[in-house]
Amino acid sequence: MRSLLSFLFLFLLGVHCPCLAGSTEQHTGPDYGDAILVGSIGDASNLIPMLSSDATSHEIADLIIDGLVKYDKDLNLVGDLAESWDIADGGKEITFHLRRDVKWEDGVPFTAQDVLFGFNTIISPKTPTAYAGDFLEVKSAQVIDPYTFRVIYKRPFAPALSSWGNIVVLPKHLLAGKDITKSPLCRRPVGLGPFKLSSWKTQERIVLAANPDYFDGRPYLDRYIMRIIPDPATMFLELKSGGLDWMGLSPIQYDRQTNTPFFKKNFRKYHYLSFSYTYLGYNLRCPLFKDKRVRQAISYAIDKEEIIRGVLLGYGVVATGPYKPDAWFYDPNVRRYPYDPKRARALLEEAGWRDSDGDGWLDKDGRPFSFTVLTNQGNSLRDKTAQIIQYRLKKIGIKMKIRTLEWTAFINDFIDKRRFEAVILGWTLGQDPDIYDIWHSSKTGPKQLNFIGYKNPEVDRLLVEGRRTFDRQRRKRIYWRIQEILAEDQPYTFLYVPMALPIISSRFHGIKPAPAGISYNLIRWWVPKHEQKYIMP
Amino acid sequence: MALLLYLIKRFAVLIPTFLGITLISFFVMHLAPGEPMSLQADFNPKMTPEMRQRLRAQYGLDKPLYVQYARWLKGLLVLDLGRSFAPDRRPVWQKIKERLPVTLLINGLSLILIIVIAIPLGVKAAVEQNSLFDQATTVLVFLGYAAPAFWIALLLMLFFGIYLGWLPISGLHSLMGYGQMAWWQKTLDWSKHLLLPVLVSSIGGLAGLSRYTRSSMLEVLRQDYITTARAKGLPERVVVYRHALRNALLPLITILGLSIPGLIGGSVIFESIFAIPGVGQLMWSSVMARDYPVLMGNLVIVSILTLLGNLLADIGYALADPRIRTGIQSGD
Repeated sequence: MRSLLSFLFLFLLGVHCPCLAGSTEQHTGPDYGDAILVGSIGDASNLIPMLSSDATSHEIADLIIDGLVKYDKDLNLVGDLAESWDIADGGKEITFHLRRDVKWEDGVPFTAQDVLFGFNTIISPKTPTAYAGDFLEVKSAQVIDPYTFRVIYKRPFAPALSSWGNIVVLPKHLLAGKDITKSPLCRRPVGLGPFKLSSWKTQERIVLAANPDYFDGRPYLDRYIMRIIPDPATMFLELKSGGLDWMGLSPIQYDRQTNTPFFKKNFRKYHYLSFSYTYLGYNLRCPLFKDKRVRQAISYAIDKEEIIRGVLLGYGVVATGPYKPDAWFYDPNVRRYPYDPKRARALLEEAGWRDSDGDGWLDKDGRPFSFTVLTNQGNSLRDKTAQIIQYRLKKIGIKMKIRTLEWTAFINDFIDKRRFEAVILGWTLGQDPDIYDIWHSSKTGPKQLNFIGYKNPEVDRLLVEGRRTFDRQRRKRIYWRIQEILAEDQPYTFLYVPMALPIISSRFHGIKPAPAGISYNLIRWWVPKHEQKYIMP
Repeated sequence: MALLLYLIKRFAVLIPTFLGITLISFFVMHLAPGEPMSLQADFNPKMTPEMRQRLRAQYGLDKPLYVQYARWLKGLLVLDLGRSFAPDRRPVWQKIKERLPVTLLINGLSLILIIVIAIPLGVKAAVEQNSLFDQATTVLVFLGYAAPAFWIALLLMLFFGIYLGWLPISGLHSLMGYGQMAWWQKTLDWSKHLLLPVLVSSIGGLAGLSRYTRSSMLEVLRQDYITTARAKGLPERVVVYRHALRNALLPLITILGLSIPGLIGGSVIFESIFAIPGVGQLMWSSVMARDYPVLMGNLVIVSILTLLGNLLADIGYALADPRIRTGIQSGD
């Protein structure tokens, strides 16, 4: 199994090799050395993955600690610390066969005990973790031998496999019997991944050094240094002055400010679809939006292409449902809502909304069509999106007001109390199609994520079935049907999937954009000896 | 003796004032919508309701507010500020402590810079009242006061960092090779990095102090004893700097006393712009995350410094001004 996997991996690399910018290099093979300086807006909080939920912490922890499984460049689940696994008993039983050549940074071998310890820690009531949910489906977990680990689920649970990432891998020999929240490992983790922590200055920088004993081969780069620069403008100036090698650009920086000969010579820009989408969500308890035709009409009245052009400068695609278009479970054939104000007006008329008093605004039973959309402060993309929508809705006679709120107040006072008519928000997408928590009718309670109150018995049934089905083709059919229904119902007007727009110094070779983004093969990035900038002692 | 009694009295008032500050702040802080777990838990599909309850219990948020306050106060009595509610769960004092030196350094330097520039400016403007110099400095310091700090900072970065390439853009010291530098190279490196932040944070402060000096100086220059000094035939320099300035500086003692808490306050905006890991950023993110223990911890430090600053200003006043000293003696 393992040899087959690595063969497959090499094969894929070989096929994709010559198509990208770095292909002019002479075939001398990669060189070791140099460091990459990455800009980040926020600092990490805690480097034990199960204790933190911010993106930066996970970005760093992912380089320090591996999981049993991981997603490859095409978003297929492949083995990482587990060489292979067997699924038995209709999906209820998973047996992982672990690699035997893995050691923690301090030389202690990694075994199934570490996984069991991680599992026991995550389900322990004493552990303040946001990730226990997936593991509550587990009936029992056991160590068969030091390199075999078995979990038995209460019911078949399709997202099960993917949950065994680095969240549940902990060094038992350092943590057993200790209070994990007060462990020094939160700030100085001991891992087994491609890099290890070398220093961390709060709110300043995190320095990682290559792990020479990494089981999958030492990374070519000596160091990975994350600089924390909270202000995007400063970060861009740092990039320009040579103080950074890698940052994410805004559409305007990508499109207008990085076309100078200086940038063309020293940097390379990449773009790929990010794992998120932005939507206009309706409170379905609100009488205005109970009628499907009204929601469909608004979807026709909004020109999504225009939003992408205006807000993202073209760096995004229209969202047609809750998934991004390059996912294997994406259904490209669902009902679409191109900009069509005539059709919008016709649908509204059907639903009883017409301008009977001639004041330019639609009305019904003497009340004008007017609502307020809420969005969170500090996200200028959503702000601008709201303004464009406002303009388009005004054209068909709907008055939309915009209100921006501080995040915590927004969630607690408006979303949680259901005091909203419509919102502009976004969801981050996982690699698994399971969206039970967002669309199932049992998730409409307080603090739960189906806050718009969407209830559709068929979707409910399909969501449950999707969680219980392992076969990829059958799962695909299930999620295709869900996408069809959502497209018809329009509980959200799905707006856009933005692109991630990273820029990286051109001295780095081996970067190969894929559906998973670019950082999946960071350990294979390298700099030719004569271009190396930072010589490590 | 009278001064000592005065001090004890003043000190005794400080303690209830301090407790009042913490009490009001604690309750006001909890009025803000949301809870510390919001950032971790809200909109996280993996978060279950049981988990949320569990977190609340761990933070002690399930208890009534007065119990929470009592618990916090009990900790304070043994100088324990508690642990942060952020995922790192580190002790509050440790989190604040690691950021204090940088903040103190930058704010201290900029305070010195402000004093060194603003006082002579104010004096000269007062002596040459309504002259071209007076009007020009007025316009300039107010421009500096009115211009947004982040904008000035970006312009300076662009000019010195990119166009001329003389100064680094952000951070506290060089990343690479810093370890191998000799001490004087390190000092030079730090100075280069701190030049712009100190400059930018001073610009806004110039207006206040120079205007204050100017008006207080004008006041003094009108006094009879200045006329007397001039009549005695003393050189103008002596009249201005020895006789007038010393008296004019009295109100500035109050201002300096009040700027002591500002030394650790820090500013989110310029710390963010220059990527400086200071107290301001910590406070800002704590407010956003509703990290009550860190906020209270900082509040304790700031309010103690404010109270002490006030006290010091009063004492400084009493020491510097004989009129106030006699006032104390005859007052009670």
